[in-house]
Amino acid sequence: MSIDRKAVDHVARLARLDLSEVELDVMLTELQEILGHAEQIQALDLDGVEPMSHSVPMVNSMRPDEVKLSLTQEEALANAPEVEDHRFKVPRIMEDEG
Amino acid sequence: MTQVQDLYETTVGLEIHVELSTASKMFCGCRVSFGGDPNTRTCPVCLGMPGSLPVPNEKAIEFTMKIGLALGCKIAEHSLFHRKNYFYPDMPKNYQISQYDSPLCHEGAVEISGDWGTHKVGITRVHLEEDTGKSIHIGGGGRIADSDYSLEDFNRAGTPLVEIVSEPDIRSADEARAFVTDLRATIEALGVSDVRMEEGSMRVDANVSVRLKGAKEFGAKVEVKNMNSIRSVVRALEYEEERQRKALDAGEMLVQETRHFDEKTGVTSSMRTKEYAFDYRYFPEPDMVPFEPAETWVGSIRESLPERPAARRARFAEEYGLGAKDVEVLTSSFKAAQWFEAAAAAYPGDAKKVVNWIIADLFGLLNEAGLELWESKIAPSQLANLVTLIDSGKISGKQAKLVLGGMFETGNDPEKVVAEKGLEQVSDAGAIEAVVDEVIAENADAAGKVRSGNLGTIGFLVGQVMKKSKGKANPQMVNELLRRKLS
Amino acid sequence: MTDLHWMSALELADALDAKDVSSREITEALVARGDALEERLGTFLHRTSERALEEADAADARRSAGEAKSRFDGIPVAYKDLFVTKGVPTTSGSKILKGFVPPYDATVVARSDAAGLPMLGKTNMDEFAMGSSTENSGYQKTRNPWDTERVPGGSSGGSAAAVAAGMTPWAWGTDTGGSIRQPASLCSLVGVKPTYGYVSRYGMIAFASSLDQAGPLTRTVADAAALLEIAAGHDAMDSTSIRDERPALLDGIDGGIEGLRIGVVKEFVGGGSDGVRAVTDEAYARLEKLGATLVEVSLPSFQHGIPAYYLVAPAECSSNLARFDGVRYGARVEADDIIKMTSRTRSEGFGAEVKRRIMLGTYALSAGYYDAYYGKAQKVRTLITQDLAKAYEKVDLIATPSSPTTAFKIGERTDDPLAMYLSDIFTVPVNLAGNAGISVPAGLAPDDGLPVGLQLIAKSLDEPTMFKAAYAFEQDLGFATSPEGRASI
Repeated sequence: MSIDRKAVDHVARLARLDLSEVELDVMLTELQEILGHAEQIQALDLDGVEPMSHSVPMVNSMRPDEVKLSLTQEEALANAPEVEDHRFKVPRIMEDEG
Repeated sequence: MTQVQDLYETTVGLEIHVELSTASKMFCGCRVSFGGDPNTRTCPVCLGMPGSLPVPNEKAIEFTMKIGLALGCKIAEHSLFHRKNYFYPDMPKNYQISQYDSPLCHEGAVEISGDWGTHKVGITRVHLEEDTGKSIHIGGGGRIADSDYSLEDFNRAGTPLVEIVSEPDIRSADEARAFVTDLRATIEALGVSDVRMEEGSMRVDANVSVRLKGAKEFGAKVEVKNMNSIRSVVRALEYEEERQRKALDAGEMLVQETRHFDEKTGVTSSMRTKEYAFDYRYFPEPDMVPFEPAETWVGSIRESLPERPAARRARFAEEYGLGAKDVEVLTSSFKAAQWFEAAAAAYPGDAKKVVNWIIADLFGLLNEAGLELWESKIAPSQLANLVTLIDSGKISGKQAKLVLGGMFETGNDPEKVVAEKGLEQVSDAGAIEAVVDEVIAENADAAGKVRSGNLGTIGFLVGQVMKKSKGKANPQMVNELLRRKLS
Repeated sequence: MTDLHWMSALELADALDAKDVSSREITEALVARGDALEERLGTFLHRTSERALEEADAADARRSAGEAKSRFDGIPVAYKDLFVTKGVPTTSGSKILKGFVPPYDATVVARSDAAGLPMLGKTNMDEFAMGSSTENSGYQKTRNPWDTERVPGGSSGGSAAAVAAGMTPWAWGTDTGGSIRQPASLCSLVGVKPTYGYVSRYGMIAFASSLDQAGPLTRTVADAAALLEIAAGHDAMDSTSIRDERPALLDGIDGGIEGLRIGVVKEFVGGGSDGVRAVTDEAYARLEKLGATLVEVSLPSFQHGIPAYYLVAPAECSSNLARFDGVRYGARVEADDIIKMTSRTRSEGFGAEVKRRIMLGTYALSAGYYDAYYGKAQKVRTLITQDLAKAYEKVDLIATPSSPTTAFKIGERTDDPLAMYLSDIFTVPVNLAGNAGISVPAGLAPDDGLPVGLQLIAKSLDEPTMFKAAYAFEQDLGFATSPEGRASI
């Protein structure tokens, strides 16, 4: 299951990375090498082994429904690259086209 | 229905999002409320600032399980939150914390009924996720595709949002209406959401497909979005059903797509989204540990559940002897049902009388004012008092209508309105007798006819007495006095 | 008296208590040391010297009023730039966060502040903690005080170099696959990766959420215990934070290791460079001499640690780093639509290694590949955890080298990502299982004369045993506390 250039292009779009042709080529070689190293675990027979997504043997970690102080509007917007009308300004939104 | 339409059958599955009315957001302590100055209810967590972490709101988990149990679902013994990854500027982390293959609740069913009978709609799952912020599109008439730029407000970001997914068991727009109405009443009764479609605290998306009757495969699944009222759901589904039937008639291939419903034109149009945009790369949310709700917790939620709409409908028919139409009107909303039951409880007699006053008279006033039953100034006990006043003969039915109008305007007790309007019936036997005597004297002919056994004429004499008393005399007493004196 | 800048935090605490020295004097000495060395070493991304001096004065005032916030009130600390600091620029070593001034403090920072530790500044690191040499910083390279031609290790290389150079007695780092223990080893320091959930992750800019842990970098084992105690404990802001009481670490640290069973990993025997092997073999012998019993344990799944780690960590990072989109904070490259703006911002803001891992992680999670890559890697974690659990039936701790090699030359591994990834071969499995690990100085390698660290691994929440063993080893070796144990810079 080797990664190809088409997959690299697709993944770059999904990850919102604007990579040049050269970068995409280099990326392909590097990812192939790293994924090649991962082949040793792909070969393992792990049927019946539970996947481990958390390192703590805990369940039901919750907080009570209590209102806490929010940031001020000024604090919330202080780091924004661009603000208009107390909102974060972004260029034209394209519907999800990857 | 035409012959042609009968060749096809429609399948609808609904996906309903409900914003929970917790005090604080899903993963942080910011207040949940509608609107407000932009970006005034945010914090590092709901702004997706680096380093911030989500801590789930216990109440939101509880509310979700409440909805699940009310919809007959099983509660998962082990449930996980997942990240749904996609970029969108109204989503601060560019992933949504949602649930994927292990939702909190699954496998429920709801019973709906209408002209087409009664049947079950399966509930696939009920899960919990977080809401996004809100974008405003500037330029191009506010439409996203034509706008120059957009502005983001994150006040709503992180509001707990429950997603309810139905099985594709719905077969018409009217069934969808019944399902959504029932669902709304159920959730309203639980007190876990405002369920206001206009404000977006309840949002309905539909998957619609039409196929030839008896076909094994479902037709192409079309997702319809942006329906902002139950009325819109019906209109959009009717339109979409018709569109797909016509396309099939014309031999066209339908494609799986997402379509946008336009409230103004009543038409759906394709949103032209590309397929690869939907590689959401779900994986278990590492910032949160799994949920394994204790049986005692689930049990106590189960015990606290209010009556389900279907059960309430049956009970109303049985307990109050109401017809199907009255039951439907009174149970379409939990608050309406609650209002009626409070009035019925305050009234010692046959509750049907109260129902008649609600449906025949009060609804007229409410409709004119654009109010719901529970929003009127009249308290349920006040309506019960009004009906009691009629029973006791203090006012006539005709007067009661005037009194109801006064109560509706002022919210005053019926007794007060009666006194203010001088509508009190005269039930003082002496006073009535004097008028009766006067009338007998002035209408000797008619009185004679009654004496000689022509009882039909007694109505004329009653009318004369009522006229002389300006309608205040108790007609029952007038009748009795006339009969006695002319027997 | 030793130079103030070479004194341990515990020694400084005693000196403060005896009124031999003021917090201002200590802080001034450290700031001066920083002024003298910073240019050569490149340890800090942002220094807060003035603030540190103000905080030192406040600490002195508290002490003379008998209101010290803690035993360590007035002893300065440095933070890896991955911890968000209210009002102080925070970049996580990335250009994409240039100019970001957080409106809140990480819990580690808030708790250190509550103990009265003045903030010296924010230290350099591999961008978003991705790297083992601190060469991946978006801003500067950091040099190893033992040999400035060499890397200090990473990703907490700035914190490590600052402590090793005597610019601070202690510093906070973070460890996702070895990012505290490996630089500790390369700079002859004590570095601790506590049990997952031991220290709150709130305000740590996430790299791989299920692996990240904060921990101390210090010159002595006792200092590490002390700094860890300051920030450890349950935090309501982190739902993966362990609720149990944290046992005392400093108290009873000198309890010795008589009777402890220490595992030596069969599969690792012969692993590492010759110099590393020579030093660690000696270290195992010393542990035995101190009364521990050495037991061979088999951890066959450890060989899969690196490939599993390089699927799990990139997958999580690809999602964690999605928030850097040019909308709410940080850098933005202007463009006329949102997709171009975000894509260009990310392409220019992230460095090569970060982009590589985002790509790798996105691929590992994408439709059709999840089961083969991410899903499999998560199962390998289960195997590693089970192997460790089996080993703990026979032993109390497991000993390994911390790093397979001593500090390498700057630029030596930058063109070979895979070789760089192998730097973490001994440390990664500990993160994957959520266990605790400590790297303690074990001396200098006979071949290149550079520091070597011994790693001791403990089961979750058994930090007290781990610290006792590390302390006994350190005291008996006497290296870290001697002048030879300090970088001569």
